[in-house]
Amino acid sequence: MKPTAPTTVEEFMAQAYAMELEAQQRYADLADAMEMHNNREAAELFRKMVVIEGKHAAQIMAEMGWKAPPANAVAPAWEGFDSAEQVPVDDVHYLMRPWHALQLALAAEQRAARFFAELAMTAKDESVRKAAIELRDEELEHVELVRAWMAKVPQPEKDWAEDPDPPRYDD
Amino acid sequence: MNDLAAAAPAAACTPATFKSAVKPVWCPGCGDYSVLSAITKALAMIGRPPHEVGVVSGIGCSSRIPAYTSCYGFHGVHGRSLAAATGLKVARPDLTVIVTGGDGDGYSIGGNHFLHACRRNVDLTYIVMDNHVYGMTKGQPSPTTEPDWDSKLAPGGTKIRVFHPMVVALAAGANFVARAFAGDPNGTAAVIAQAIRHPGFSFVEILSPCVTFRPEQKEWKSIVRPASAEATDDPALAARRVMSDDGLNIGVLYAGNRPCYRLNDGSAASNVTDLEMEFRV
Repeated sequence: MKPTAPTTVEEFMAQAYAMELEAQQRYADLADAMEMHNNREAAELFRKMVVIEGKHAAQIMAEMGWKAPPANAVAPAWEGFDSAEQVPVDDVHYLMRPWHALQLALAAEQRAARFFAELAMTAKDESVRKAAIELRDEELEHVELVRAWMAKVPQPEKDWAEDPDPPRYDD
Repeated sequence: MNDLAAAAPAAACTPATFKSAVKPVWCPGCGDYSVLSAITKALAMIGRPPHEVGVVSGIGCSSRIPAYTSCYGFHGVHGRSLAAATGLKVARPDLTVIVTGGDGDGYSIGGNHFLHACRRNVDLTYIVMDNHVYGMTKGQPSPTTEPDWDSKLAPGGTKIRVFHPMVVALAAGANFVARAFAGDPNGTAAVIAQAIRHPGFSFVEILSPCVTFRPEQKEWKSIVRPASAEATDDPALAARRVMSDDGLNIGVLYAGNRPCYRLNDGSAASNVTDLEMEFRV
């Protein structure tokens, strides 16, 4: 589905800000869930993503010269029910490894880049189109950064999901 | 002014205002995380501060929600959340009262309370996180479990017809009936806010996947869709619609206009002294 482009840069950046906040909140929820299940490595990684998304949101605030967050800004749903940069809440596992968490972050950044690329194509206002291209490029940079990060993180073992005392017994 | 009131002036309410410091213990990936998020978003939309909201629950995974909010909370007895919430709302009509629970708690153990809460039409919002299984107690079939769902605890399935909560709610007199999906937290928040604003007994059935005992429910996110029809105020039409759908249409099904239950018709004692007089032998 094609996203509907906002008609002003102000509106567009408010939407982008809301997207960063939603992504940040989702990472925070996942970090809490992993901590609760004693998966400290995955929790730590999600916590780092919380900080990164918070910085992106702060960057938008600074660029726009906003003193207070935009009121009533909504992150549009895209390619499903979530907004473009949100990690799906159900794509996690209590034994997941940091590499899996980065895989989710990578997919989220790629989705965000596609979203802004689509928005740039549908924008009727030239300044909105330029802003969308700028954010698309930023998201593509993030894609490369996550890829570089993944290269430094060990790939999960084959039996990463093996639990000697699983919550559910099937046999 | 109590501590809750001091902590959150109404004007400053955001979703975070309604989250407590207690972290959920649900399985990672559980739909209930998104429902909690939707409830806090809905409360921020409503704009009432936490000390003007009561969250009441029974027992089960989803019934842990009161602890995760900063509102007044009551984690009650299994299946009795609606009875406790009815008492709270009747005694304190100024509060916004939300009831949360699961399909086992609400439709089995609390099934009879569900019927009569719909009938009474007290101004409550009942949110049921339906995952078609008893998750907390390791995966027994619940009233909404499909009859052929095969599991170690019910080999070959129960062969028992499923309970149809939305039709039952309509037949029993609920004044607002909707279905939402946990994987759509913003859409769910909007439905919950609408349910809270609607007078009388509002029932919101939320499809909330259990990733541990019903991992196949992760497919819901690719098959649920917004209902094609607008909400109606005709319960018969609403019942026909919901009886003929596949259980995956989301949105507001019914918004009625039945007057809600009010205790204060002047006949009840208004203070303890008057109450004591009534019971004097």
